[in-house]
Amino acid sequence: MSASTIAPPVPQGAVRRALRGAGARVGLCIAAVFLLLTVAAPAVAPYDPYDQDLSSALSPPSAAHPFGADQYGRDMLSRVIYGTRTALLAIVMADGLALVVGGGLGLIAGFTGGHIDAVIMRAVDVLLSFPYLLLALIIVAALGPSLTNSVIAIGIIYTPQYARLMRGQVLKVETLDYVTAARAIGASRLRVMLLHVLPNSFTPVLVLATLQSGAVVVETAGLSFLGLGAQPPSPDWGALLADGHGYFLTAWWIATFPGLAIFAVVVGFNLLGDALRDQFDPKMRSL
Amino acid sequence: MAQYVAHRLIQLVIVLFGVSVVVFVTMHLLPGDVAQLLLGDHATAEQLVRLRTQLGLDQPVWVQYLRFVEDATGGDLGTSIQSGHPAMKDVLTAFPVTLQLTLFSLALASLAGVPLGVLTAMRQGSRFDGVVMTLTLFGVSMPIFWLGLMLLVLFAAALGWLPVGGLMPVGLDPPRVTGMSVFDSLWSGNERMVVASLRHMLLPTVTLASVPLALITRITRAEVMAAATLDHVRTARAKGLDTARVVLRHILRNAAIPIVTVIGLQLGLLLSGAVLTETIYSLPGLGRLMVDSILSRDYPVVQAGAMFIATLFVLVNLLVDLSYAALDPRISRA
Repeated sequence: MSASTIAPPVPQGAVRRALRGAGARVGLCIAAVFLLLTVAAPAVAPYDPYDQDLSSALSPPSAAHPFGADQYGRDMLSRVIYGTRTALLAIVMADGLALVVGGGLGLIAGFTGGHIDAVIMRAVDVLLSFPYLLLALIIVAALGPSLTNSVIAIGIIYTPQYARLMRGQVLKVETLDYVTAARAIGASRLRVMLLHVLPNSFTPVLVLATLQSGAVVVETAGLSFLGLGAQPPSPDWGALLADGHGYFLTAWWIATFPGLAIFAVVVGFNLLGDALRDQFDPKMRSL
Repeated sequence: MAQYVAHRLIQLVIVLFGVSVVVFVTMHLLPGDVAQLLLGDHATAEQLVRLRTQLGLDQPVWVQYLRFVEDATGGDLGTSIQSGHPAMKDVLTAFPVTLQLTLFSLALASLAGVPLGVLTAMRQGSRFDGVVMTLTLFGVSMPIFWLGLMLLVLFAAALGWLPVGGLMPVGLDPPRVTGMSVFDSLWSGNERMVVASLRHMLLPTVTLASVPLALITRITRAEVMAAATLDHVRTARAKGLDTARVVLRHILRNAAIPIVTVIGLQLGLLLSGAVLTETIYSLPGLGRLMVDSILSRDYPVVQAGAMFIATLFVLVNLLVDLSYAALDPRISRA
C-alpha cells in the first residue's frame, strides 16, 4: 500500500484561504493588536496601572489621561492596556483547560465506545443541563472568588462542547480508509488514536477554540464584574467595569473604555472564528 | 409519541440525578469546612463538632447525599444564614422578578427577531440586510453588562429619561400578588404604578434581549433563506401567489420548527444574562440573590438556587423537545 492511499484528507492551504476575506483580516488585525499590547504593555502604557494620583481622581479624558482617570486617579488607558494580560490569561487557561479536558474526554469516548462512551457522554449531558453562568457561579461558590478560580470555572463550563465535538470528529475520522489501513498494517490502538485519529480530528476543535476565545473573555470579565473573579486593584476589564458601575452617573469613562476593549476583542475573535468555520464547515455559513 | 415522551422522561430523571450530584459535590465535598464557614474563625472545637453532627457532616458521604436528596425532594434545602428563612422561600420570593425579566426579554427578542430575520432574508444583499447583520454581529459580541451600563449612562445619567435601577420608585410598591412588578401594578389598577413599573423594566429588558434578539434574527434569516429554495415554494410562486402569502404560508411554516426551538433554547442564555442584568439594574431577582449569597457565603441559598434553576432549565428544555416532536412527527419516530 503506497503512502498516498493511507494519507488523511488534510485541507491544503485551508487556513490561508479562510483568512483571505475582509472580515477575517479585520479579526486578525484586532487579535494581533491585542497580542501586541499584552506583550508590550509596560512599554506602551503611559503610567503604571496601580499608580494612584488623587489630584487626578475622576478626571475626564484629556491629553494627560486619554481614557480619563478612575476614583483613585489611576490612568484608565494604562489599566485597559494591562487588562489585555488577564484577558489573554483567561483565553489560554480557560480555553486550554476546556480543550485539553473536553477534547481528551471526547477522544476517549469516541475511540473506545461502549460503557466508557456512555458514562462520559451522560456526564457531559449533565454539565450541559446547567445554564452556563449558573454552573460557573456554583463552581466559584465552592472554590472561592478569585481570578484563577473563575478561569477554572469558565474552563469547566466549556469542557462539554469540546467533548461532544471531538467525539463526533473521532467517530467520523475513524471510518476513513487511512485509519483502516493503519489498523491493517498492525498499528496498536493507542498509536492509531494518538497518531492517526487525533491529529485529523483536531481542526474543527481549533476552530471552536477560536470561536470561544471572545466568549471566554466576556464570561471571565462577567464573573469579575459580579465580584467573583479578579479582585481589586487588579486591572481586569470586568473589575474595571464594576468600578465604573459605581460612578456611571458622574464618570462615564470608567465603564466605557474597558467595555470597548472587551467588545473589540470579541468582535475580532468572532470574525476570525466565523471565517475559519466557514472554511471548515461551509454548511454553517448562512448563520 | 408516547414512547418518545417516556424515553425523554427517563432521560430527564437521569439528568436530574446528575444535577443533584453536581450541586451536592460542589457544595459539600470541595475544600473548606462548612461548619467552620457557618460558625466563623472564632468557633470552638466543641461547637464545630456539635454543628457537624447537627448537619450530618459526620456521616458517610453517600448517607449525606441520600439525606440531601430526601430533603430536596420535599423542598427543604436548608435555612438561609443571612435571612433565617427557609432557603427555598428566599429563592421563590426572588424568582418572579427574574421570570418577569426573562419573559419580557424573550418576548422582545422573538417579536422583533423573527420579522427582522424574515425581512433581511427577503432583501438579502441589500443595505438593510447589511445594516441589520452588522447590528446582530454587534449584538452577539457586546457584553451585556457593558451594554447595560452604557444604556444607563445615556438614558439615565445623560438624558435623565429613565430610572437608574430598581423595580419601582421608592414608596410606590403595588400589593404583592404575583411578585412581578408590572403584573402586580396592572392588578392594582393604578395607572401611575403601571407606567412606573414599565419604565423601570425597559432598560433591563432591552439589555437582556440583545443577544437572543441577534441570534433569533440570524437563525430566522438563515432558515427562511433555506426554506425559500424548496420546490413547493417555487410552485407556490409559479401559481402566482403574492409574496406575503408565500412567506407566511409556505416559507415560515417550514422554517418555524428550528426557529421555535431556538427561541425555546434561549432560556439558558436568558437565565445566565439575568444574573448580570439584575446586578446592573439593582433588581432583587434570583441571579442577584445567588451572587449576594456566594459573596456572603450563604451556601444553603446558593444550593437551593442552583437546584431550582437547573431543574427549571431541564424541564423547559424537555418541553421544547416535546413541542419540537409534536411539530415534526419524524423526530418522535426516529
